[in-house]
Amino acid sequence: MPETAAVSIRKLSKSFDGTEVLRDVSLEVKPGEVVSILGSSGSGKSTLLRCINWLEQPDRGDIHIDGDRIGVSDSGKAMSRRELASMRARLGMVFQGFNLWPHLSVVRNVTEAPIHVLGLSKAQAEERAMALLEKVGMVEKRDDYPYTLSGGQKQRVAIARALAMQPKVMLFDEPTSALDPELVGEVLGVIKDLSKEGYTMVLVTHEMEFARAVSDQVVFLDKGIIIEKSHPSEFFVNPKTDRVRRFLELEAPVV
Amino acid sequence: MSNWEILWSSRDVFLDGFYNTLQLFGISAVLAFLLGAALVFLLEGSRPRLRIPLRIFIDGMRMLPFLILAYLLYYGLPSAGIRMSAWYAGLTALVLYHGAYFAEILRGCRTTFAQGQVEAAIAQGFSLPGMFLRIILPQLILKTRGLMGNQLIILLKDTAFLVIITVRELTAAANSLSSTYFIPMEAFIVVIGFYWLISIGLEQFIKLIGRYGAKRGFENA
Repeated sequence: MPETAAVSIRKLSKSFDGTEVLRDVSLEVKPGEVVSILGSSGSGKSTLLRCINWLEQPDRGDIHIDGDRIGVSDSGKAMSRRELASMRARLGMVFQGFNLWPHLSVVRNVTEAPIHVLGLSKAQAEERAMALLEKVGMVEKRDDYPYTLSGGQKQRVAIARALAMQPKVMLFDEPTSALDPELVGEVLGVIKDLSKEGYTMVLVTHEMEFARAVSDQVVFLDKGIIIEKSHPSEFFVNPKTDRVRRFLELEAPVV
Repeated sequence: MSNWEILWSSRDVFLDGFYNTLQLFGISAVLAFLLGAALVFLLEGSRPRLRIPLRIFIDGMRMLPFLILAYLLYYGLPSAGIRMSAWYAGLTALVLYHGAYFAEILRGCRTTFAQGQVEAAIAQGFSLPGMFLRIILPQLILKTRGLMGNQLIILLKDTAFLVIITVRELTAAANSLSSTYFIPMEAFIVVIGFYWLISIGLEQFIKLIGRYGAKRGFENA
């Protein structure tokens, strides 16, 4: 029997006010795989990622997480809020703008959802949070508040917060785009470590070198259509289309 | 006996009024805040059929002089078969009236709330009530503490109106002593002192919230 895909996207289409941003997009992410979604801005890559956890609702097509369809229940009707929430809890999301909750300390940012969504005890959630803060190198900051942290530190906490739900899949939406250049490395380092640990990840990024190093699959979106999908060794060395070749020349000049 | 000695000998009347005012203020402040928060939460959800009546209630309350509302509840409602004691009518008026204002203060702040934080909560599987209670409301309180403090002062001062519907609060105590012994000056000065006392306590409470907020980077809110 074939292995169930961690994420399976089939013929996904989405328009905003009559402008089509995704057209018949299909994509499979196997368990343990790291998939990078590349493309110029406005190509629909963030929208695609946000459809996976239903922050955006696609117009057509379907998405399965670990075999279960998201957004639409078995009866064919739209999922109830409760069903949707429990599906979303199986996906971790890291945003470009970090989106930490400023009124909560670092450790409470990480324990809030495990306690109030998963129903963990405070002690269990804190134990889990401390292990994750250790992993992202933020243990010393456990009692600090988000406004005192640098962008890179905030993003590392945000990663720990997403991991605390023990998600099946991690989604990264341009996790380093809002960071000063010198802070990008610490965040990419954490994501790279996760890829080595076998986390399933889908990431939208502009960091070409990074995508090349961590990805098992690279997907290139252009005007809402996947025009290339291949292994990074193929994608970056031997792009099949002129569009990708031009993109790579602009984004990642050959060294 | 000097005027002040007369007041001192009737201190029980003052203390009784003070206690009543404090009780009315405390209970109505808590209930009005809860009502305001509940209204904002209901406006938050996608329930368009609820939105219109809620807006009408909030705007209706804000267009009404408080005294009219108190009159209406105490003198008007009995003709509709609903009879409340002066104390309960007064409390209800305070809660409804200031609840609408609290709702408006919180709602105004809610419209400027960072959507990304809401998305992060949704992505983590929070239910709408859970998200409102744990992520949104605490921050709304920290951000609106100044306006809330103002509104609480107005609430405190509105309790004085309730003398007109015969609630035995502070102003009623001063009123009765001043007319019994004809010493209005001294009686009302004492009463001002009591209102100040409550206001100072209130200010300390708002400062406490301010310190809690400042520790979290909300000092410029």
